Amino acid sequence: MKKTLTILIALLIVLSITSLFIGASSMSLFDLFGPEGGEAWELLWISRIPRLVSIIIAGVSMSIVGLIMQQLTRNKFVSPTTAGTMDSASFGIMVALLLFTSAGALVKMSIAFVFALLGTYIFMAILNRVKYKDTIFIPLVGLMFGGIVSSATTFFAYKYNLIQSMSAWLYGDFSMIMQGRYELLFISVPLVAVSYIYANKFTVAGMGEEFSVNLGLNYKQVVNIGLGLVALVTSVVVLTVGSIPFLGLIIPNLVTIFRGDNLKGNLTYTALLGAVFVLACDILGRLIIYPYEVSIGLTVGVIGSGIFLYLLLRRKTYEQ
Amino acid sequence: MVKVRGVSKQYGGKKVVDNVSLEIAKGKITSFIGPNGAGKSTLMSMISRLIAKDEGEVLIEDREIGQWKSGELAKKISILKQSNHINIRLTVRDLVNFGRFPYSQGRLNKEDEAYVDEAIRYMHLETMQNKFLDELSGGQKQRAFIAMVIAQNTEYVLLDEPLNNLDMNHSVQIMKVLRRLVDELGKTVVLVIHDINFASCYSDYIVALKDGKVVKEGTTDEIIEPSVLREVYDMEIPVQEIGGNKICVYFA
Repeated sequence: MKKTLTILIALLIVLSITSLFIGASSMSLFDLFGPEGGEAWELLWISRIPRLVSIIIAGVSMSIVGLIMQQLTRNKFVSPTTAGTMDSASFGIMVALLLFTSAGALVKMSIAFVFALLGTYIFMAILNRVKYKDTIFIPLVGLMFGGIVSSATTFFAYKYNLIQSMSAWLYGDFSMIMQGRYELLFISVPLVAVSYIYANKFTVAGMGEEFSVNLGLNYKQVVNIGLGLVALVTSVVVLTVGSIPFLGLIIPNLVTIFRGDNLKGNLTYTALLGAVFVLACDILGRLIIYPYEVSIGLTVGVIGSGIFLYLLLRRKTYEQ
Repeated sequence: MVKVRGVSKQYGGKKVVDNVSLEIAKGKITSFIGPNGAGKSTLMSMISRLIAKDEGEVLIEDREIGQWKSGELAKKISILKQSNHINIRLTVRDLVNFGRFPYSQGRLNKEDEAYVDEAIRYMHLETMQNKFLDELSGGQKQRAFIAMVIAQNTEYVLLDEPLNNLDMNHSVQIMKVLRRLVDELGKTVVLVIHDINFASCYSDYIVALKDGKVVKEGTTDEIIEPSVLREVYDMEIPVQEIGGNKICVYFA
């Protein structure tokens, strides 16, 4: 297992360096240390490094909250994408654009957070009422719920002429990331740290309310903290990068297939794999129609939904 | 000592547990028996604070359970229910580690590790401690969950239908372990059990329930009697002594 970890770290380093040197304006190591290095360094600081950092933070944090969500709901297919969290966050951003036109990023984030949390709780309430707790049926309900929220977003966006500004948030995109426009993402860093501290509690809570009470764990509090983390991270990422579909679903699944369901041991793997996956998708998106680029929402969406389908089919054969 | 005083629970206007009072003796096995819907599981869940009671008191060491901190109570009393057996891919050792959660909040020290090792040895799980729960048979899984409860090291151990879905061999194994828990480690074990012959062979005391009320409680000898069983189960149950145990022959 140590070996896997080493491979992931090596991949992360290689891909990170690659990512720094890909882009519309060419830049090489030679430029950096050549006679006109100043311009190259500027490019690096203003655009390339912020982009790399935001890719890593988004990849790590979305994968980790997906893992937490799956653990708490005891369903492998529940994630910010399949529980309406992401769509609710987008709805919140639309509300923020509509009602608080000149609001700063923090206010927008807070409003997105409130809606993301609300949406997640509505999904959880639906989950508690659904008698037919099939592992595949539940995420479908979540996707439908997300679809309803998202169509409401589109409706209001059309009505109030916001569709152009909104579409920026409907698809995740790293090409607009620049110094001064992504720092909000750093909020996710302490949140990831909190998930390490709560890892064991999330695992116990994932075993059910009665199991938790037997061990003296405050079940409701732990679930609320977990869902709060999920909503906060999702709204921060949606606001700065846009929605990256299926990320929080496929990465944790790939990890738990090999490592089982003990959250504590899975966090680091999930974080690394998430970062590596988003980096790889981003590099692919930047190369495929170079010098233009395909947005990350699309690349991850296509690759991710493919893996999602594979996981669904695999699950079926596994259960029978 | 666990004292139950006038405890009731209602679901949709129907009293599932109706004004039950009883005492559970320390260092003994007490079994709750009775027909389906007698309120055995509900009563056990209320004693272990898994569900709230509508009326009455449950005293553990003379303190009402509502006044205990849940974390402290988790070091005093543990409960294992069949519904706890969810599908989660944990290794046996990880699961048993969680038994130490009330003491360590998940960060195990040397002492915790020692308890875990001991519990695994006690349940003969050494060779499969690194296997995932979903790779085990029903009997092995049940042993893993009991090992977790042993690691939790509580004075009172409550088990709701621990023999559910187990074959005869595994059932006997589990009951022998529970007996050893009482005889060797001085635990107090309370069981909800359907097979009255297992109750007869392994318990010290039996509480017979019906329609949410205690019909009769007493030593195993006093309860495994045709007259008592007739009242509880509404059928004739002849009792014969075989090898020093009272066996109920109710099959034909």
